[in-house]
Amino acid sequence: MLEIRNLCATADHKTILKGINLKVGIGEVHAIMGPNGSGKSTLAQVLAGHPSYAVTDGEVRYEGQDLLALAPEERAREGVFLAFQYPLEIAGVSNAYFLRTGLNEIRKHKGLEELDAMEFLGLLKEKMKLLEMEPSMKSRSVNEGFSGGEKKRNEILQMAIMDPKLAIMDETDSGLDIDAMKIVAKAVNKFRSPDNAVIVVTHYQRLLNYITPDFVHVLFDGRIVRSGGKELALELEEKGYDWIKEEAGTLREARV
Amino acid sequence: MNTAPDTIEALANREYKYGFVTPIESDVIPRGLNEDIIRMISAKKNEPEFMLEWRLRAYRRWLTMEEPKWANLHYSPINYQDIIYYSAPKQKKPLGSLDEVDEELLRTFEKLGIPLEEQKRLAGVAVDAVFDSVSVATTFKEKLLELGIIFCSFSEAVQNHPDLVRKYLGTVVPYSDNYFAALNSAVFSDGSFCYVPKGVRCPMELSTYFRINAMDTGQFERTLIVAEEGSYVSYMEGCTAPIRDTNQLHAAVVELVALERAQIKYSTVQNWYAGDREGRGGIYNFVTKRGKCAGDNSRISWTQVETGSAITWKYPGVILQGNNSIGEFYSVAVTNNYQQADTGTKMIHIGKNTRSTIVSKGISAGHGNNTYRGLVKVLPKAMGARNYTQCDSLLLGDQCGAHTFPYMEVQNSSSSVEHEACTSKISDDQIFYCKQRGLSAENAVSMIVNGFCKEVFKNLPMEFAVEASKLLGISLEGSVG
Repeated sequence: MLEIRNLCATADHKTILKGINLKVGIGEVHAIMGPNGSGKSTLAQVLAGHPSYAVTDGEVRYEGQDLLALAPEERAREGVFLAFQYPLEIAGVSNAYFLRTGLNEIRKHKGLEELDAMEFLGLLKEKMKLLEMEPSMKSRSVNEGFSGGEKKRNEILQMAIMDPKLAIMDETDSGLDIDAMKIVAKAVNKFRSPDNAVIVVTHYQRLLNYITPDFVHVLFDGRIVRSGGKELALELEEKGYDWIKEEAGTLREARV
Repeated sequence: MNTAPDTIEALANREYKYGFVTPIESDVIPRGLNEDIIRMISAKKNEPEFMLEWRLRAYRRWLTMEEPKWANLHYSPINYQDIIYYSAPKQKKPLGSLDEVDEELLRTFEKLGIPLEEQKRLAGVAVDAVFDSVSVATTFKEKLLELGIIFCSFSEAVQNHPDLVRKYLGTVVPYSDNYFAALNSAVFSDGSFCYVPKGVRCPMELSTYFRINAMDTGQFERTLIVAEEGSYVSYMEGCTAPIRDTNQLHAAVVELVALERAQIKYSTVQNWYAGDREGRGGIYNFVTKRGKCAGDNSRISWTQVETGSAITWKYPGVILQGNNSIGEFYSVAVTNNYQQADTGTKMIHIGKNTRSTIVSKGISAGHGNNTYRGLVKVLPKAMGARNYTQCDSLLLGDQCGAHTFPYMEVQNSSSSVEHEACTSKISDDQIFYCKQRGLSAENAVSMIVNGFCKEVFKNLPMEFAVEASKLLGISLEGSVG
């Protein structure tokens, strides 16, 4: 479904991604882990098309298309969803209206009929129940005055409603207490299907206790330096990232 | 890849669709201003002696006054002798009913989205249509009269209800109030008049649609609304003008009087021609609007959406004389291209426990300059008075400006005045967030701007809220949630 080849990207002329290679197949869950500043969030943002990053090399194929050639809204309509690490606030726009507008754009693109207010409300209620969200959250302004945990839950609510093919979760677990994390994980597990794929970006192994990944990748200094199964996450949890850094360091020296 | 400015430009450069000219023969008086011109206007309108005298007093006062220079506005000097102060479409005979209104005029208003034939109108709205200097038609007049409500052109009110006009004219905005009010008092040609008797709740929205058509004319209309004890009225005002590359002057006066327990809601969607992308042409809009809460427990609300005009100079205020009276001001002012707006309100607290609320939203794009200027004055006897002011600015792009000048004069210690202000920009991250949810950049900007204005839009009558929202290039938020 997704194939990243030698992806290099810069922000403010600083090289952050230095040749990412990654294949994500349909029905798979991939976890991307790594220390602070390794480029995890950049990878997520580049896949979604954030304008602050410039792709300098490499390519990304998504469902047979050149993903990088698509505008951010086209990627969204084609089924790429990013759960933001820092969700934005939009004052005066209700959560429900924001979601319905986005969903209908995507439906229009797929050639489906737009949902009217009542139909949408039904869907929204069902998904909000799944995420154990207060009913008042739908009429509140998008993320405005939400706690950190509420914002993250709201991102997953959006994911559940948009029903993307490729969901990228950028550190959704940070700022969540353990109960909230379980709720989020439950929603993600419910979302998982043979028809979609999930990329979970995280610092910690904790979330992966609840969302079991098929593959774990370690990102360090703009490259994927190690890949493995779910046990790799446990190993990282136990040993920290230092050994990875050392290994990568040795690797670099060897290359020089 | 900064998308926001492109979108904003697109919004800013939408065509002004009301910019056409109606080819109609007009009755025009000579250019310039002097006592003879004023006598001529008064004679054309067949006014009683007291009106002419009042006009002349205003004119003489005006001669002693100077054009105000304190506003944060820059424009070339206005030549008051180069303006035509009266222009009326030629009518074949005096109007008896709507059937006799010139076809061309009916078509003009229809084109503006204001069909005057009553069966076509929204059932809930009565309209007074003002074309250049005169009112051409007022709908639902008879129906309103059954309830004792007088809704007619100002000229008719002078003819048919001179006592009411005499009693209230100039009681809220005296001709000596300011330069433009004095000018208006001297030369005003028409406008709307509304009188709601004691205890009557006006069952429909009243509205006036102002249209400037003739070239080089100024429009000087005057509106007077009186709400007797315990009555209620909601009034809306809309305005458009043809596209021309010279500036035209519009100097209106609106006076509202609310007696005990009366309530007046006054809404404006101002869409005068704003000038072109380079700042050529457009209306100079110098307007004095003020309401007086004369009786206890009365309430006056101003809601304005100011999107047009090259220059806007406008401070709708409320004199809170009655005890427990309430004044409100909700405003959205948009400046694009080279538009300039200096707008705000004046809340004068005189009575005890009077309350005022001010919510001002300024949006600047292109090279637009947007200034909020507000005065909250609490007099010594206004014990327990309260004011809340919220004043927000939104900047689109990096060539525009937002300014805030709040003035507060509090003369007793039992009152409270609150002021909150914030300035924000639409960030690239916000736009990206919306795009990631499938929205186009244009929709994203619209949605964010619409959200920014929500507190003001929700105070508009339904018909107007839709129009206001469309004016900003915005699709109105749906009914969900």
